[in-house]
Amino acid sequence: MAIWCADLALDRWRHSEGCQRGEGADAAPLALITETAHGPRIDAANHAARAAGAAKGMMLADARTLCPSIEVRPSDPAGDLAFLERLALWAMRWGPWSAMDPPDGVLVDVTAVAHLFGGEQRLLADVKARCDTRGLGVRAAIAPTAGAAWALAHYASPGAILGPDEDLQARLADLSVAALRLDNDVLLVLRRLGLKRLGDLAGIEEGRDRKGSGRDAIQRRFRNRKSPSANPLIRMDQLLGRVPEPLLPVVPVTAPMVQRRLLEPIRHRQLLDTVVSDLAQDMARTLEAMGEGARRLQLGLWRVDGEVLVRELEMAAATRDPDHMVRLFADRLDDIDAGFGIEMLRLRAAWSQPLGLDQSDLEAAAEQHGTSLAACMDRLTTRLGTQAVQRPVPRASHIPERAQGWQPPLEPEPAEQHQLAFHTRPLKLLERPERISVLYAAPEGYPRRFSWRGEVCEVARVEGPERIAPEWWRERGTARLRDYYRVEDEAGRRYWIYRNGLPTDGRGGMPDWYLQGLFA
Amino acid sequence: MDTSTLPKAAELAGRAARNPRWQPGAALPLHSEIFAPATQGAGAGAALAFLQDALRDTGEAVSSLEERSVLWVQDARAIKLGGRPYRAGLPEALRHRLIHVAAKTPEDALFAMEEGLRCRDLAVVVGEVAGNPRALDFTASRRLTLTAEKHGISLLLVRLDAQADLSSARMRWRLTSAPSSPPRWNIAAPGRPAWHAELFRARAHPPGEWILRDEPERLAAERIPASGPAAAPDHGDLVRGPGARSLAAL
Repeated sequence: MAIWCADLALDRWRHSEGCQRGEGADAAPLALITETAHGPRIDAANHAARAAGAAKGMMLADARTLCPSIEVRPSDPAGDLAFLERLALWAMRWGPWSAMDPPDGVLVDVTAVAHLFGGEQRLLADVKARCDTRGLGVRAAIAPTAGAAWALAHYASPGAILGPDEDLQARLADLSVAALRLDNDVLLVLRRLGLKRLGDLAGIEEGRDRKGSGRDAIQRRFRNRKSPSANPLIRMDQLLGRVPEPLLPVVPVTAPMVQRRLLEPIRHRQLLDTVVSDLAQDMARTLEAMGEGARRLQLGLWRVDGEVLVRELEMAAATRDPDHMVRLFADRLDDIDAGFGIEMLRLRAAWSQPLGLDQSDLEAAAEQHGTSLAACMDRLTTRLGTQAVQRPVPRASHIPERAQGWQPPLEPEPAEQHQLAFHTRPLKLLERPERISVLYAAPEGYPRRFSWRGEVCEVARVEGPERIAPEWWRERGTARLRDYYRVEDEAGRRYWIYRNGLPTDGRGGMPDWYLQGLFA
Repeated sequence: MDTSTLPKAAELAGRAARNPRWQPGAALPLHSEIFAPATQGAGAGAALAFLQDALRDTGEAVSSLEERSVLWVQDARAIKLGGRPYRAGLPEALRHRLIHVAAKTPEDALFAMEEGLRCRDLAVVVGEVAGNPRALDFTASRRLTLTAEKHGISLLLVRLDAQADLSSARMRWRLTSAPSSPPRWNIAAPGRPAWHAELFRARAHPPGEWILRDEPERLAAERIPASGPAAAPDHGDLVRGPGARSLAAL
């Protein structure tokens, strides 16, 4: 289904002015303009201005001679595009995915969806009615391919529906070649060749012998045009569904989805919780039928005023336990602003994994003894964030702080090369090494006394140095080696300190000392 | 309230006398607190030593316990003061079982600890909270105790640089590092960790002081005989500050 907002910029302007179509400020001739190198140019003109002779693409000076009373406002293409994106998101109420069709259209995939709305006629009527209430003048059409739907929306009578059994070519033959979404210069070429309608182009393509011999002629004429919008043959094939036309959906395409359209918009949390738990149970059934469990869930809430709120959840292990989903969503729904009410909710499992059926009574017995590890991790990450709950894993590096990485708690550990057993490492490592001032007998020798965080430690025992060279393949040439010492002071405090460099290594002055770790 | 189920005063007085002294290998209580300075690794080290001691005792019987994870929760101040756990320095048996939670606030840390105690797949929850945050009051600690007792998961709460305030922990330790015993081959080097441990409140044991040594196969404890006249009776903590009272016997 293609939705074309014929007057998107003007509709937005009217919305910001708060006036109806043809009333108030809109009654007088008005144009939205952009400043160009050759002076202001008209981007969009309202009905009165068009009646007076102004047209899109005209220079403002020309329009002023035709209609001296024309008023101008600056246009806002960036705002229009942002609005179009929101509109595309909103248009997903009619289908599982939608794509933007800049500058002023939206494409929605309504395959096998129309029956939910009572047929394609009613679906189009619903689109028309909903957009009218938002003050958007739209023309929508349904066709088997995106190209055909676009052509029908722009160049056929409003509300055109092309069924899957109908002959595409015959239905579209009367449309102008501009319905092929071609660039202006290509359209000029076609017009000069006398090809005005799609039927003419199709006739040439078939050739006199009706075997497609004319196709080569067109191909030769446009042989250097690789882009679809510059080559009428590619566009024609896309229109007829002979070659695929990739579209970029606003939200990635996904799998299981359940939704509730509500008779009355809800504004209260309690009702929302009820609907969410209904959705979770529907989702659990859907997932169970597929033998899958959800890893990522998206809850979309369509508000009456056209805003869409999306809440996303990610789980540590695949699950389809409705209670678990509801509990996790409960934390995420606290900051929902319902506005005038929420009229539709949809739950999608954006990422699902195979999950076998398991015996429910065993699980129920275990439920009394506590939650499972995966459920526990989910609750922690939902509240604290994914960065907060992690498992330390070894990484291939000699530098101590780099030898430890963090990964999500339930992922399998990477393969590791064993550390040498005689390397004693501290129990805890400071976030970053802290500088200490050290008293020593010789610059390369053992430390005698150091002060850290205002406390003075007399070194009673020391072992070292363990020399760790900089990783020359990663660090800059000026990086200095580290001499690590395990020290214990008279009170028994055990620390891991290092001297960053040697006095004689020629990479700076006297080396600094740092305290990096605490031994048990 | 039915007072008949409560212990009589005479029983309580007698229980302390009958209670054996704490010794290594005693069962790990479900909620213990360890007070340690933030500039030493003593708190976390001793917590892991207690944990390993407990796991060794039960480990042979329940081998699956060996493979259950350990949740280590730290709040942001504890991380800033004492750093994060370092995998290569952890005891060999715990390295692959550690799940670390870096909570921003003490409230989040309490939440994470409570969620961990509810989880049947965890062996133990180790918490590290710095100072005396407002959130960690008696109600919060009682809540942790009840959760731990309901689900049977132990909690070892390390309090860095904290005053011993009101708490419902079953065992409360005060730990500092102690000089280690010299290793066999290089007597100038630091040896295996040792701590000076003071058990100042416990439900099942009278208070006492020990030097704990983390030996390869066991936790060794060497009792320090109480010195001075104040140490003779065991109700010495009545004269401590009012906040230092423990309700462990509740």
